[in-house]
Amino acid sequence: MASQTQTVREQSVISAEAAPRLWPGLWAIFAKEVRTELRTRELLVTTAVFALTVVFMFSFSFDPTSEESRHIGPGLLWIAFLFAGTLMLEPAFLREQSNDTLAALRLAPIAPTAILLGKALSNFLFLSITEVLLIPVFVVFYNVGVASVLPGIILVCVLGTLGIVIPGTLFSAVTAHARMREMLLPLLLLPILTPILIAATEATASLLSDPPEWPSMGLKLLAGADIIFLIAAYFLFDSLLEE
Amino acid sequence: MVRGRALSSSPDIALSGDTAGLPAVAGLGIEYSAVEKRYGPIRALRPTTLEIHHAEFVALLGPNGSGKTTLLRLTAQLARPTSGSIQFRGPSGIESRSAARRRLGVVAHPTMLYDDLTAEENLQLFARLYDLPDAAAAVSTRLAACGLADRRTDLVRTFSRGMRQRLTLARALLHNPGLLLFDEPTTGLDVAGCEWLAGELRRLHASGCTIIMSTHQGGEVTGLATRTIALDSGRIVRDSRSSGAVA
Repeated sequence: MASQTQTVREQSVISAEAAPRLWPGLWAIFAKEVRTELRTRELLVTTAVFALTVVFMFSFSFDPTSEESRHIGPGLLWIAFLFAGTLMLEPAFLREQSNDTLAALRLAPIAPTAILLGKALSNFLFLSITEVLLIPVFVVFYNVGVASVLPGIILVCVLGTLGIVIPGTLFSAVTAHARMREMLLPLLLLPILTPILIAATEATASLLSDPPEWPSMGLKLLAGADIIFLIAAYFLFDSLLEE
Repeated sequence: MVRGRALSSSPDIALSGDTAGLPAVAGLGIEYSAVEKRYGPIRALRPTTLEIHHAEFVALLGPNGSGKTTLLRLTAQLARPTSGSIQFRGPSGIESRSAARRRLGVVAHPTMLYDDLTAEENLQLFARLYDLPDAAAAVSTRLAACGLADRRTDLVRTFSRGMRQRLTLARALLHNPGLLLFDEPTTGLDVAGCEWLAGELRRLHASGCTIIMSTHQGGEVTGLATRTIALDSGRIVRDSRSSGAVA
């Protein structure tokens, strides 16, 4: 009995010392999201097909020359990414509702931000995969060469995608309980993402111009917006989960 | 203000009875001080002062909308009280909210399981979230204990309600919680499922765990409780003790 009591006390002391952790929870949730997506392929297939359809439709509608593509192509590309992202982000927290699994995540001794960032990271991966599929199609159909400016394109895509998924995942949590959530998410998200759309389009257009220009201002705007979104999400998410 | 019956507290931890392989745990005590919860104009829980001691088995009774689930969600820190406070007391004194959360287990009518993951993957996920030192062993032990070892690689969506509830309990027990909250755990279970759950509750209580269980029906499971608190319209209308059926 004495040893049992000792064990119980030691266990209690250990638990009292522990504080909510960020990284283990973040990676666990990220791994869970990736595993689920690899099994169901719901998000990737839907989003990739949607984005490809948008690019095809614009290509067939306007049949742009190479010069016209340099002007309108970046905008079309980022509109396709933005709409695809909105489509992908909507189920991010909706999936947690059917069995109240969000409550189980909130009960776990992890920082609440780990839930947001784990999901945002997985959304970043899924949207990046969509972009990797879409850009070669864009190059072929719009007759635009990106090989010489590929590092710049990748940097713009990384910063732009972060700018979509961070606020998008946050707003997905906000709208998950709303009745008109399918309409509410784009209504809330698209105005907020306008600066990202403008900066990413400008940066991509600079890279695709002849001769190419390094888009310093566009990259700074994207990086600044990403940092602001990240800080806002970090401080807002915990209170958003509270009942 | 509603005041629950205060009970004598004991500094020592009760570790007795037939635990049948379950590790002894330090049950958490809870002190509710004038806790109230409102959802807009609706008073889900009226100001309630109540003390629940470690290793107690409390049955919360009452009709739908009486405040049982609200009280459990406040205890689980899934909701914040509109006013008042809740303190958790471990063997070495008052514990912080985050420390107490590490020692909470919740079983509710929603399974809190991922349908597109296997039984094993579900438990592995929660083992990682709770940062268990030997996650693989803990998962294997719990799967065996709930009788799902041979279905470990099957997706949860293929499970029956009873199997899901067993896996839900395995998830809740994975980190050896000191406080277990059950929100109408018998809903949807057949007679055999209810009997299995009663056996698990008996063993958990004997291991020293504090248990709070809400139900709107009586029966064998409710008969195990050592204390019964009845709620109606967000207030405690009865608080009585019995010997329970631990042995």
